[in-house]
Amino acid sequence: MTSAVKDQRAPELEGFREVQRLAYACAEAVAGRLRPGVTEREAARMQRDWLRERGVRDWFHLPFAWFGDRTAFAGFKVPLQFFPTDRRLEPGMPFILDMAPVYKGFTADIGYSGCLGLNPLHDRLLADLEDHRELILREVRERRPLREIYEDVERLMIRQGYANRHRAYPFGVIAHKVDRVVERRWAPQVFGFGTRSLKGLLSDALHGHREGWSPLWSPYRFSDHPPQPGLWAVEPHLGFRGTGAKFEEILVVTDSKDPEQSAFWLDDDLPHVRRWAEERVAA
Amino acid sequence: MSLLDLPGARERRVRTGGIELCVVELGDAARPTVVLVHGYPDSKEVWTEVAKQLAGQWHVVLYDVRGHGRSTAPKPLRGGFTLEKLTDDFLAVADAVSPDRPVHLVGHDWGSVQSWEFVTVKRTEGRIASFTSMSGPSLDHFGHWIKQRMSRPTPRRVGQLLGQGAKSWYVYMLHTPVLPELAWRGPLGKQWPRMLQRLEKVPAGDYPTSSLPDDAAHGAWLYRDNVRARLSRPRTDAYAHVPVQLITPTGDVFLSEKLYDQLEVWAPQLVRRSLDGKHWVPRTRPDRLASWIDEFVAANEAAAEDGRPVQDTVPSGAYAERFGGQLVLVTGAAGGIGRATAFAFAEAGARVVAVDRDAEGAARTAEMARLIGAPAAWGEAVDVSDEQAMEKLAEKVAAEYGVVDVLVNNAGIGLSGSFLDTTSEDWRNVLDVNLWGVIHGCRIFGRQMAERGQGGHIVNTASAAAYQPSRALPAYSTSKAAVLMLSECLRAEFADRSIGVSAICPGIVNTNITATARFAGADAAEEQRLRKRTSRLYGLRNYPPERVADAILKAVVRNQAVVPVTPEARGARLLSRLSPGALRGIARLKPPL
Repeated sequence: MTSAVKDQRAPELEGFREVQRLAYACAEAVAGRLRPGVTEREAARMQRDWLRERGVRDWFHLPFAWFGDRTAFAGFKVPLQFFPTDRRLEPGMPFILDMAPVYKGFTADIGYSGCLGLNPLHDRLLADLEDHRELILREVRERRPLREIYEDVERLMIRQGYANRHRAYPFGVIAHKVDRVVERRWAPQVFGFGTRSLKGLLSDALHGHREGWSPLWSPYRFSDHPPQPGLWAVEPHLGFRGTGAKFEEILVVTDSKDPEQSAFWLDDDLPHVRRWAEERVAA
Repeated sequence: MSLLDLPGARERRVRTGGIELCVVELGDAARPTVVLVHGYPDSKEVWTEVAKQLAGQWHVVLYDVRGHGRSTAPKPLRGGFTLEKLTDDFLAVADAVSPDRPVHLVGHDWGSVQSWEFVTVKRTEGRIASFTSMSGPSLDHFGHWIKQRMSRPTPRRVGQLLGQGAKSWYVYMLHTPVLPELAWRGPLGKQWPRMLQRLEKVPAGDYPTSSLPDDAAHGAWLYRDNVRARLSRPRTDAYAHVPVQLITPTGDVFLSEKLYDQLEVWAPQLVRRSLDGKHWVPRTRPDRLASWIDEFVAANEAAAEDGRPVQDTVPSGAYAERFGGQLVLVTGAAGGIGRATAFAFAEAGARVVAVDRDAEGAARTAEMARLIGAPAAWGEAVDVSDEQAMEKLAEKVAAEYGVVDVLVNNAGIGLSGSFLDTTSEDWRNVLDVNLWGVIHGCRIFGRQMAERGQGGHIVNTASAAAYQPSRALPAYSTSKAAVLMLSECLRAEFADRSIGVSAICPGIVNTNITATARFAGADAAEEQRLRKRTSRLYGLRNYPPERVADAILKAVVRNQAVVPVTPEARGARLLSRLSPGALRGIARLKPPL
């Protein structure tokens, strides 16, 4: 993997790029179909159906949907609260769609923030995420320990006036490794997570434990090491009172000495990146 | 200053039903009209200050209710003051001053009681655009309120009945024949101005007018002609056909807040406001009233144009009733408790001035505050320990945004380390910000509040360290103990001026204070290590600053003196009273750093 990803057009990366694009296309299609009154469960099912129709058979995790103040994970204490509820969408409400399909053996894990109608606060949060995307890439290229980058991201959020909501994720992670998944006819899920992908993550964890790194990028001591080559699904998540916003996409880390090649975002043609570019043009 | 001395004031007389009403108009007659109706025993002059402020924006109309001020009285008096006749008067005035446009109605006390009649009867439909009510319920609603409580008397309902019954003592008195008239024309009339000054803190001046004894004597018939009839047989169709803004003074000795419990039933488009004040708010809180009336009228005018319901334009957070439109200044607002407090006030619809020596952070707080509901917010870069800069800030704020309604002196810095390691420079730094910053704030902004004479509130962020001695925080604790004592002294002095003072003692809260705190006696590397370690401990405790902000808003609403926030702060406060020796014991422990 590490040698393959040196070339940005490597066939393996193409596979990941394809599934990430597919997932974002799904998010945009479902977001376009959201109407007042739709529940989180219905939105999650719409994502699932859309991807199944296009050949997705396995998942890193099943699609999630969060509406309103659940986008800021208000009051989230136990992992069960991540699962879609019967919360209904209302005009002006922010929403987040989050899905991790496995397609032809490649995994993506994406997060899509949107809003039903106008919400200037949500726009502000989305715009402020751009600094985080730049900060993360810059510091990964500098080979700073993951834990320090995590703390810098958090500091930036606090300076912006936000709360760090990925703290609420399992182990407080901002990112986790993704990898290829062997395709089998039977792909069972446990608590919404695909067992095959979990197995991959688990073997990474075991492997990493011996070498002193972890496939989870967290604020804890086990992330006190430089970025490990591989593919990382990165998801900085801002929360501000009842509104939350995030993006999630794959960051490619290699062992190249060339800083440009040592880390790069898998794809720059994504909805949130296009949105920032459009805003800059408009300004 | 009397009404006719105001620039552009014109007086006219309107004849109706055999009497002549004295009407005064202010402001541009082409603008939408706001009609102000006075209560008992008042004349239209009760509105002078409010009218002066509204006249810049609206066509303001005031009239003396029949039998009051310079209007003539009906003959005979008995039967001349029924709500039907008062409605005729209002319609005559409205037709004279704004023949082809509905008017915005504002009523205080009996002015509000009769205005409720105006906005609930059929024949005024289309003539009224909105109604702002203060200290005067509809007699019909009141009648139903009593009936409900009489027919199903639970202990709470009986309590409410008895409470309001006791507050209405003057209503029974006014039903006795002749005596009230004699009292008003005799000693009561003479004493009344002084009583208002003493009990209600109404500022001295040309109010009440010299017509008071006659007004009060005639006005007794308002009660005699209407109260018994309406309370015993309230109308069942008394639904308001216009949007209503209800302003409830929290210290009103004549009317209980419970009277308005189910007002939404009668007034479907209702916006509630609550005001820290007594009964005569048009005299004691004119600025606040003028701004709420102005805002409500503007929202209704806008709604008439684009068809949005008025409630949507008014913030609806937990404290929006109390803080909507108020001016709040928060120091140390670039992060932590200060920023969270600024946001909480913003959500309640207050205008926010965010002050911090970090200009970028203050500007950011202001920007975000606007996004979550503050009608306006400004960031100011000022070091609170710099007296001249604070003076300049106060001048600027007063000139550009107005007098501050709520001041939150929150800016503070941390300093840890033993007494022997603390240099005099360290002491100076900590006292300059933590104590002098608060003193400057209280002195400069407190004086503005006191001079305006319309109440206000000051919140000082002290700390649980103020009453919890510790070997690790001598300078910090000393500065905070001083802030606590200063707040309590100030509270005593400012009580006379209706300015509340609260000291907040948060305890261990997850803010940036640990990341910038000084550690006396530690070199740079050691200091960095200690900062990291304390930040981590505070992070593990993870008590969010938002909850402190919530406690601050609550403290202002309830006018609490000292508010410990976190459980450890509350525990220490309790111990400091029950067993100070135990606290002294704890103070000797070395902190785990």
